[in-house]
Amino acid sequence: MSGTSSPPTASTAALDLASQFIDRRTPLSRVRGVLHRFPAISPGIVLLVAVVVFGILNPRFLAPANLSLITQQVAVIGILGVAETLIILTAGIDLSVGAAMVLSSIVIGNAVAGLHAPSVVGLIAGLATGLAAGALNGILVTRLKLPPFIVTLGTLSIFTALLLLVSSGATVQGTSLPDLVTWTGGTFRVIGVDISYGVVLMVALYLLIAYMLGRTAWGRHVYAVGDDREAARLTGIRVDRVLLSVYVLAGAIVAFAAWTQIGRDFGSSPNAATDANLNAITAVVIGGTSLFGGRGTIWGTLLGALIVGVFRNGLALVGLDVLYQTLAVGILVIAAVAIDQWIRKSKS
Amino acid sequence: MNSNNQDASAATPPVLSAHRLVKTFGHVVGLDGVSLEVHAGEVLAVIGDNGAGKSTLIKCLTGAEVPDEGVIKLDGKEVQFRRPQDARDVGIETVYQTLAVSPALDVAANMYLGREIRRPGVLGTAFRMVDTKEMRARATEQLHQLGISTLQDVTVPIENLSGGQRQAVAVARAAAFGSRVVVLDEPTAALGVRESNHVLELILRLKEKGVAVILISHNMPQVFEVADHIHIQRLGKRAATITPESHSMTDAVAIMTGAKAA
Repeated sequence: MSGTSSPPTASTAALDLASQFIDRRTPLSRVRGVLHRFPAISPGIVLLVAVVVFGILNPRFLAPANLSLITQQVAVIGILGVAETLIILTAGIDLSVGAAMVLSSIVIGNAVAGLHAPSVVGLIAGLATGLAAGALNGILVTRLKLPPFIVTLGTLSIFTALLLLVSSGATVQGTSLPDLVTWTGGTFRVIGVDISYGVVLMVALYLLIAYMLGRTAWGRHVYAVGDDREAARLTGIRVDRVLLSVYVLAGAIVAFAAWTQIGRDFGSSPNAATDANLNAITAVVIGGTSLFGGRGTIWGTLLGALIVGVFRNGLALVGLDVLYQTLAVGILVIAAVAIDQWIRKSKS
Repeated sequence: MNSNNQDASAATPPVLSAHRLVKTFGHVVGLDGVSLEVHAGEVLAVIGDNGAGKSTLIKCLTGAEVPDEGVIKLDGKEVQFRRPQDARDVGIETVYQTLAVSPALDVAANMYLGREIRRPGVLGTAFRMVDTKEMRARATEQLHQLGISTLQDVTVPIENLSGGQRQAVAVARAAAFGSRVVVLDEPTAALGVRESNHVLELILRLKEKGVAVILISHNMPQVFEVADHIHIQRLGKRAATITPESHSMTDAVAIMTGAKAA
């Protein structure tokens, strides 16, 4: 403080004493402080340890072909996770991204194979479907002021019904789709590792959204809205506009997940990816993004998706039954949220 | 107004004035025809009991609430604030009781929240990249100019700060950008004695700069120390506007509680 020389009163002396007490940090609380500031550290460590351990347990795990497989398995959930991260950062939740993705893939498949629309038109129709799904969620959240959980629980059913209606329950095979529509499933080889175009698409989306969140005013507003909505409003942020933009952008990302899904499955099926939505939320949560909003990074979600992929693949290679993979994912989720709670306690 | 409004204010219109504002919340009447005016370079204190309508009045003046009836004038011209940004755009800054800071963002990001500076050139226009370095440099400079030494590092997230430091961020933000009017709702509530004195110094410095200051406070000695006029709010209405010279603290409290008519 400056030179105002008011005599130290009992209350300020007590304050000084209190601040000294708070400043005395244990090593553990220091670790907590660092994790608080960089939420992607803990999933990063988990991923590293998992890769090393599975590599030791079964050398085949680290073979280029297997690593390539993991990335391809992760691509769809990884992309959906981008959309889910944006919404969770605003202290929302989206239960409908999985259904919206399948709806979008059905629209693409049926437009191209059924109505013989050109590939580009089919993909644009898929994008429009994703945008419309996101806009519907966004309008219900911002205009009707309904909780995102309720809105997306409702639209989950609506999108599921629509996708069954549009597809008549039938699968469109990849053989009846042009190359551009299944392009995301194609691969190219870099130093012995096959990389699919879907993975490239995923990485591009991560780079784009990481830039938008970290380097633009819009990104700061997304964090501010999720952190403390009323404070954001009072500082002049158009909260509803930010929320709507997030839901619409998430819808667009969902359409890219749909395209990747078609390439990966080589076709579009109404029965595809039933657990994609929960897997996307799992990736976000394991990635250290807080369900309370305002905290987390997009890279954490990529790590979260990779952790789930690595665990499933690694446990399978070790020869364990699928049920143990599912068990492991469940434990990971609860551990991740418990760590998040513990980290958040470092400040009050 | 009372007769003791002796200065040259009659010549120039008040920088901010409200005329018969009414605001109801369901059946609850928050404001019942309140008028208020503040001139450039003047400190207007607003006092009143809990529930007297102080915060509602402030929110209407700063765009956080839209009054049901009544007129708000800026430099004598009628304006309508539909959202906080509208008030900010014309140079009215507010320190809310809740502080309205984002805990996860750092000091500089909070000071520039909603008015981010973009990078020069294509990076800023086409790619809309924010200029974090510039904002941090300016925030540091602004804090230095305001004499706020409790905040040395503008890259610290708000949640790592003490209650007093958070309040300092909110006050600094308002003081740095409030070119016409700065509204402070209980700005010293979380502060120790030294920090409180600092805020009072800051208020007087804003006054010297010709900024109008509206101060809501429960702290009578503080109010009587810095205010030019004191608006007493009671039961959703303006009970009186007095000056520290015309009335004593005891009088003010008596009017505030209804023990004495204005």
